Amino acid sequence: MKVSLFIPCLTDLFFPSTAWSVVRVLERLGIDVVYDPRQTCCGQPAFNTGYHRDAVVCAEHFLDVFHEAECIVAPSGSCVAMIRDYSSGMLRLPDRYRRLAERLKDRVWEFTSFLVDHLGVTEVDAEFPGRVALHDSCHALRLLGIRAQPRALLKRVRGLELVELGRTGVCCGFGGTFAVKFADISTEIGKEKIRDILDAQVRTVTAVDSSCLMQIDGLLRKTGSTTTTVHIADILASTGQP
Amino acid sequence: MKELFSPRWFKSRASESLPDEALRRNIERATETALKKRADVVGAFPEWESYRTAARAVKEHVLENLSSYLASFEEHARANGSTVLYARDGVEACALVMDIVLSAGTRTVVKSKSMTSEEIGLSAALGRSGIQAVETDLGEYIVQLAGEPPSHITAPALHKSRRDIGRLFEQKLGLPYSDEPETLTAVARSVLRDRFFEAGVGISGVNFGLADSGAICVVENEGNARMATTLPPVHIALMGVEKLLPDMRCLALFLDMLARSATGQRLSSYTSIIRGPKRADEWDGPDVLYIIILDNGRTDIFADSRFRSVLSCIRCGACLNVCPVYRVVGGHAYGSAYPGPIGAVLAPFFHGKEDGRHLPYASSLCGACAEICPVRIDIPRLLLLHRGETVRERRAPLIERFLMKAYACVVKRPALYALTGHLLRAFAPLATDEHGLLRIPTRAKTRTFPAPAEKTFREIWKEEGIGST
Repeated sequence: MKVSLFIPCLTDLFFPSTAWSVVRVLERLGIDVVYDPRQTCCGQPAFNTGYHRDAVVCAEHFLDVFHEAECIVAPSGSCVAMIRDYSSGMLRLPDRYRRLAERLKDRVWEFTSFLVDHLGVTEVDAEFPGRVALHDSCHALRLLGIRAQPRALLKRVRGLELVELGRTGVCCGFGGTFAVKFADISTEIGKEKIRDILDAQVRTVTAVDSSCLMQIDGLLRKTGSTTTTVHIADILASTGQP
Repeated sequence: MKELFSPRWFKSRASESLPDEALRRNIERATETALKKRADVVGAFPEWESYRTAARAVKEHVLENLSSYLASFEEHARANGSTVLYARDGVEACALVMDIVLSAGTRTVVKSKSMTSEEIGLSAALGRSGIQAVETDLGEYIVQLAGEPPSHITAPALHKSRRDIGRLFEQKLGLPYSDEPETLTAVARSVLRDRFFEAGVGISGVNFGLADSGAICVVENEGNARMATTLPPVHIALMGVEKLLPDMRCLALFLDMLARSATGQRLSSYTSIIRGPKRADEWDGPDVLYIIILDNGRTDIFADSRFRSVLSCIRCGACLNVCPVYRVVGGHAYGSAYPGPIGAVLAPFFHGKEDGRHLPYASSLCGACAEICPVRIDIPRLLLLHRGETVRERRAPLIERFLMKAYACVVKRPALYALTGHLLRAFAPLATDEHGLLRIPTRAKTRTFPAPAEKTFREIWKEEGIGST
């Protein structure tokens, strides 16, 4: 099987090691991984801010790059949800692109869902000792139904103790451009999340989206807590060796 | 005229309420309790998801056939002896109410809880004519005493603790301080009892109108609505035109959905189905019943098929309870009778596109509202549609429009996109929060922002060249 990687802009710029973790896990499972450097961004920042015409430009570019891919995997639920939404009619894509988007929809996967739902794999031979809390990323949870998949994977990681947060399924407050437009509100929502995380007394917080982790980490650092944030791909790629 | 209580000021009002720790805890306590109770009764209800689908289908069916259901409702209501009146907007509705109250020759009216009356500013309008409108729902009574608007659709005084209420009663009613719920309720009860007898007119909202019988249904938990609709000689029922249901069977479905979603009850304590005014052979009830059917922009919402689903809303308030934004800013920040996610969808319709434009952006689009909505309104999608309208009509900030154009320009050019990575890295030190020069406004002092990695993934991939296409 050949997988085309889609590495979202945030991961590309700020968390390239997470992208490598995806590559390592997939290769460990004997999958060919390809990466097309013409790829850029899925268009979600424009779409969610109301710039639907600019988002169309992004969608068309994405479809130009990926329309022939057999299977696309991305370490983000939010971006995958955006791509699956290209053909929903919210974006006024030209007919040709609309058809491409319609055909591509079922071939694009969030990383953990790809492993569990598409490959049927929960054991990836990973080791990551310590108490780990999983934050459910909203778009993965509610738009893609990703809840059980990351848990199933984490439960098979050697040494890892999965801890549920006091309130699961509550937003971290990031919300893309919302975090810029309403910085104060975004921060206060995040602080409520941090309370739950500190209560859980974990070494690590993980999620399927780097954007949530960036928000959580940014707030955790201000509290002086030693709890760190690690993308789930990094946990699954980890073999316990430093 | 720009009113003070307007969604236009959302941002500044929110920044006032955000640091209010007491407010935050009051909201948290109330919403967590409501959500927990809801989860219990919904969890014990295996048909919930199919009920949601059915409820939405009923609402859509009614909306699509609104004129025939309306005609049927009116015909039956008239046959039952009710008077049916139509109001195009809030001003017309208030004027109709005023005429009725003045011709009834009373100075006191009792009101049971009605969001529609909040929407049109009825109490204030009556007050301007020297008519005292007394709120009889405990929560509404509390906020009225405090001189505040309600902060939640179903729990108007949710932002107040019992100590706040104790102090309010002490101050306004001159009673010894108590924060015992029983004592406070008993006080309100005895004050309001006299008002019920004194009032010449009772005003209620309508939860559901039944097209096949002309009856209206009012749902409550305190019994005050039953008194307000039966004791005074005149009853005015204010109904949004979208509140119609075909028949009693559909009502059963909606009573189930509303009670579970709003208060986590299997059924509300009082469900009054009012067929009409007192008949010749009856002892109780008003002599006259006016049903005022209000449009106030609903036809415009209906006309735009993209937004039509918002008219399915049954005002249960569950989307407020679960909304992370509502939970930190509180209901008053929204500056609208309808706060929270559903209020953000309604604001551009009720307050105009200019004043209402901020609220659709005040959401992280987490989707919790859509998940909990008993009639499956896809609120995040409607917020996105509003945002699209704001941009299309050039109401968005100029700088944002410029940045988005630049962004789209970069996204479709991979070489430029790669270059942007380099630039970001070069200029990042200026933007971190230790140096304040270009401090990214988003993260300010409360959050740190990660530094860009030394190399982007695409750069590393290019160098290592593994499997590159």
